Amino acid sequence: MRRYLLKRLAGMIPLLFGITIISFGIMHVAPGEPVVIGQEFNPKVSAEDINRLRIYYGLDKPLYEQYWNWLQRLSVLDFGESFAADHRPVLDKVLERLPITIWINVLAMAFIFAIAIPIGVLSAVKRDSWFDRGMTVFVFIGFAIPSFWLGLLLMMAFGVQLSWLPISGIHDYDWKQMGFWQQQWDLAQHLLLPVFVSAIGGLAGMSRFMRSGMLEVIRSDYITTARAMGLPESTIRYRHALKNAMLPIITLLGLSVPGLIGGSVIVEQLFSIPGMGLLFYGAVLARDYPLVMGITVIGAVLTLLGNLLADVAYAWADPRIRHGGK
Amino acid sequence: MKRPLMLAGGAIVGTVAILAVLAPWISPFDPNHINVKWILLPPSIEHWCGTDTLGRDVLSRMLYGARVSLAVGFVAVGIAIAIGVMLGAMAGYAGGRTDALIMRATDMVLCFPTFFLILAVIAFLEPSIWNIMIVIGLTSWMGVARLVRAELLSLRKREFVMAAESLGVSAMRLVWRYLLPNAMGPILVSAVLGIAGAVLIESGLSFLGLGVQPPDASWGNILTEGKDNIQIAWWLSFYPGLAILITVLGYNLLGEGLRDALDPRLRNQH
Repeated sequence: MRRYLLKRLAGMIPLLFGITIISFGIMHVAPGEPVVIGQEFNPKVSAEDINRLRIYYGLDKPLYEQYWNWLQRLSVLDFGESFAADHRPVLDKVLERLPITIWINVLAMAFIFAIAIPIGVLSAVKRDSWFDRGMTVFVFIGFAIPSFWLGLLLMMAFGVQLSWLPISGIHDYDWKQMGFWQQQWDLAQHLLLPVFVSAIGGLAGMSRFMRSGMLEVIRSDYITTARAMGLPESTIRYRHALKNAMLPIITLLGLSVPGLIGGSVIVEQLFSIPGMGLLFYGAVLARDYPLVMGITVIGAVLTLLGNLLADVAYAWADPRIRHGGK
Repeated sequence: MKRPLMLAGGAIVGTVAILAVLAPWISPFDPNHINVKWILLPPSIEHWCGTDTLGRDVLSRMLYGARVSLAVGFVAVGIAIAIGVMLGAMAGYAGGRTDALIMRATDMVLCFPTFFLILAVIAFLEPSIWNIMIVIGLTSWMGVARLVRAELLSLRKREFVMAAESLGVSAMRLVWRYLLPNAMGPILVSAVLGIAGAVLIESGLSFLGLGVQPPDASWGNILTEGKDNIQIAWWLSFYPGLAILITVLGYNLLGEGLRDALDPRLRNQH
């Protein structure tokens, strides 16, 4: 297991390099330089000033040297300072926004798991039943529905019409006066819709995947053997088939991380949740380059970590991989 | 009616395409005509989908929005297919180190949160319909590349390819005339499904205000107005979103249906 982990970690190194190259590339395909943008018509900024800034930011050096310097700073987690008026380090800004984004995504993932697996298994077991057909319709709609539209509809129904749930932010205005459990309840109410909206796409995909995985396993030889031995159908299904059908789900989990992290921009903007997605959105609108690049790199690294976690979980669940067999 | 779902998908795709093409002739009103007397009218016989905050007819704007969505979908997918086929063919034909290199790069882009990447690029360029097409295209070729590579790897070992090779057919010609035509089916399927994805991404970007810029209409940017007026004007949110849902659903149904029809092995699995 340790060898496997080390191998995986070593495999991440070229990916990390790739991420930095892509990010650095994006920064430099942009027309105009960061020091010049917005200053072209500023009479207070002379050509010498711009040149000074250029030297200050190292933009006069050759590209590979700039990349190397940027990489060196990245390696000590120095993402530079935000262009915003507060000039705070990018890392600080991201770190204070990160927990809520990770929370929402973890909850969404847990929700997907808790719902998609039973749906998939039931659809496979009761193949072509009304339940199965109904779920197929749900899956197609789940794939096609724009998450922000679903969010808007839910806000309209539960927030505006019924007034059951709050529609923006993560706290009520009197959060500070609440007791501990009241605060948790308030937070839960605020997070319910965002988590559901984040989860919908994954929910559809995962239940579909679970269904076909289960169908495949049910057809395999060892299940036939188990049946021939006279094991009760429920034992076959839920002890032998389910376990094996669950394996590929773990990989899918890793693959769904980029979508969840990317999707947090839309969900957080929609529900005004102060997380990394909203920070990123603000940075894009304000052309806050260091912040945009910092978040892109951090988001990609988080995705890599998610993939790694999924792989490790897979190895842990599947002895064939754990022991380095074929 | 052997494949009702695929036909339904095809019908949706066809209808939306016709409506989009005919938009200038069938729109009941000028989509950009501002009329202060008509501000935020609910749906009526005159304005089927109501009017927006500037008194513009929402149905007309949605018809014009269909043009934007489909144009972005087609061009972006065209770019993605071009890149994917080129890289996939190179990897699948050359094999060895070229293959390993290209596939590593593909895996790398695949684990990037694409939406972040798109937004990052939009931050540096101006948001415009052309930039969006290019950016979506540049970030969605990975699936096609993998698929073309896999097809080519398996096709290369077939007799007719080996026969052509031993007759001295050039590499270029072998790929174009012998290998790629046999991989057309899966490419077509992923193109159709790709359009659905591109339409969703475009509407998401426009919803965030980073896509198609007002006054040009797009389904996504009508929804932005819907969000701002969520308490008073449900129709601004409801209809454009429904249009996106139906369109994407249509392409997905068509794509899945084509996949089943083209690959008999899958027929009993769904």
